[in-house]
Amino acid sequence: MPIIETKKLTKKYRDLVAVNNLNLRINEGEIFGLLGPNGAGKTTTLMMLTTLIPPTSGTAVVNGFDIVKQKDKVRASIGMVFQDPSSDDTLTGYENLKLHGMLYNIPPVEREKRIKEVLKLVELTDRKDELVKNYSGGMRRRLELGRGLMHYPKVLFLDEPTLGLDPQTRDHLWRYISELARRMHISVIITTHYMEEADMLCDRVAIIDAGKIVALDAPSKLKEIIGGDVVTIKSKEPKLDSIKQLSFISKVDVKKEIVSLTVANASTHLAEILATIGQVDSVEVHTPTLSDVFLHYTGREIREDTPEGGWANRVMSFRSKK
Amino acid sequence: MNSELRGILAIWYRELKVFQREKSRLVGAIVTPVLWLLIFGGGLGSAVSITGLNYQAFIFPGILAQSVLFSSIFFGIYIVWDKKIDFLKEVLISPVSRTSIFLGKVIGGATDSMIQCAILLVIGWIFGAFNIIPGLHLTIFSFIFSLVAVAFMTTSLVSIGLIIGSQMESFEGFQLVSSFLLFPLFFLSGALFPINRLPAWIAPFTFINPITYAVDALRHIILGVSQYGIIPDLSVIAGLAVITVIIGTFAFEKMKL
Repeated sequence: MPIIETKKLTKKYRDLVAVNNLNLRINEGEIFGLLGPNGAGKTTTLMMLTTLIPPTSGTAVVNGFDIVKQKDKVRASIGMVFQDPSSDDTLTGYENLKLHGMLYNIPPVEREKRIKEVLKLVELTDRKDELVKNYSGGMRRRLELGRGLMHYPKVLFLDEPTLGLDPQTRDHLWRYISELARRMHISVIITTHYMEEADMLCDRVAIIDAGKIVALDAPSKLKEIIGGDVVTIKSKEPKLDSIKQLSFISKVDVKKEIVSLTVANASTHLAEILATIGQVDSVEVHTPTLSDVFLHYTGREIREDTPEGGWANRVMSFRSKK
Repeated sequence: MNSELRGILAIWYRELKVFQREKSRLVGAIVTPVLWLLIFGGGLGSAVSITGLNYQAFIFPGILAQSVLFSSIFFGIYIVWDKKIDFLKEVLISPVSRTSIFLGKVIGGATDSMIQCAILLVIGWIFGAFNIIPGLHLTIFSFIFSLVAVAFMTTSLVSIGLIIGSQMESFEGFQLVSSFLLFPLFFLSGALFPINRLPAWIAPFTFINPITYAVDALRHIILGVSQYGIIPDLSVIAGLAVITVIIGTFAFEKMKL
């Protein structure tokens, strides 16, 4: 039985359809990614699955409970790490966790035990009595990740977990998340617009665009769709006709002086390609990424450089406003 | 323990921690009323006296009510801040019902106001005992009964603040609430002047202002003078507390994120 199943899940805001008839099945124990550009409907989907906003039509079942009719039971089954900071920065790390334990009705003795446990897990034991105000963006994320796990949820939702974090912290968090998912046997649903994140972390990825799923599979399978390696050649006068004759080239794409070729097994055929195409200024070979997959399905590039106001940036600006 | 009860405790715990950390808020909440009492009261009191009472003693209950009024309403409206930092989502996503979250907030805000009020009552006792404000004689009974009256008053005012805050998206309307709600409630409550000889156009506003009855109750408890009598006064503020808590739980149910 899937841990999450959405049935024609839809959310409309006036004329805008944020999530359009979404049908999804997510299995127990898997790390599932919702990948898409900003405004694709990822966060809206998460907000519905976590009962924070009601769907316009359709519904979903989370851990066997209906998100419209059994909100309380859904809430007790899930943990969530929000895109924006949601810990109280006038409290210490420990106090935030204690508060969380009380909200989830964990008895005091057990609560203390679990606070110790998650603090160790997210490596904040020696900073637990410091105010969250003085935490770095990465520490705060880790605290909120630990907090989301404290009540042993069956499903953990992570909304853009590494948005606005530096690459080092990001790597660190990825390791945490995948380790946690394996060790605690929980299903993890993450939204992201970082291709690399989805690729590294997720067992399966749904590519979502304008509220609809355009592709859904394991990252490796998705990349196979591209059907080979991508060779990008910069050339002033490429001999395109001869190139198109080559049997191992499945796709030729030309933009100005840039020729993109999809090639089965590029490493063995590269010499032949270069000999055929004529004068070459530069050449680059890469195995397909999820970016190529996204481009393949939507005809657009996913842009990674347009944060909706980065997580860490927001922390900073809130603090200065205060 | 019942999960809803522990949820209420959780919210209360958080509010007390915040109160404990943000000492500047408490200092402001104590210093402002003392300034009103000493400077405004002292200045105007040198020119007027009210039916045999020292003016500063006369306004002491009014100044208590003022401090409760402002701190309670602002406490409630401050929930906008919780919304902004997404802390509210963390609370709303927990299995605790919205009613319990609301009640936890009310109890938290009421506790803050009552601690402030207790400190002001002690200061009032000192002023009376050392004859800084002649005629102000606070006893252990007036101390306790004042806090009872304040408990009803702050419960309804925190609820009103939360109702307003739960419907607000940002702090933009904040100033309007001050100008159109807080100051009228304060000025029309008889906190600073007796209400038995008011001009005809002001009297009806004073009559429908619930703060009037809170001030009147405190004046009865502390000074032994009152316009309406303690039973009607307490009935009005207790009734208002019940109504606002009911409306507040409803507003929380409907609150959008």
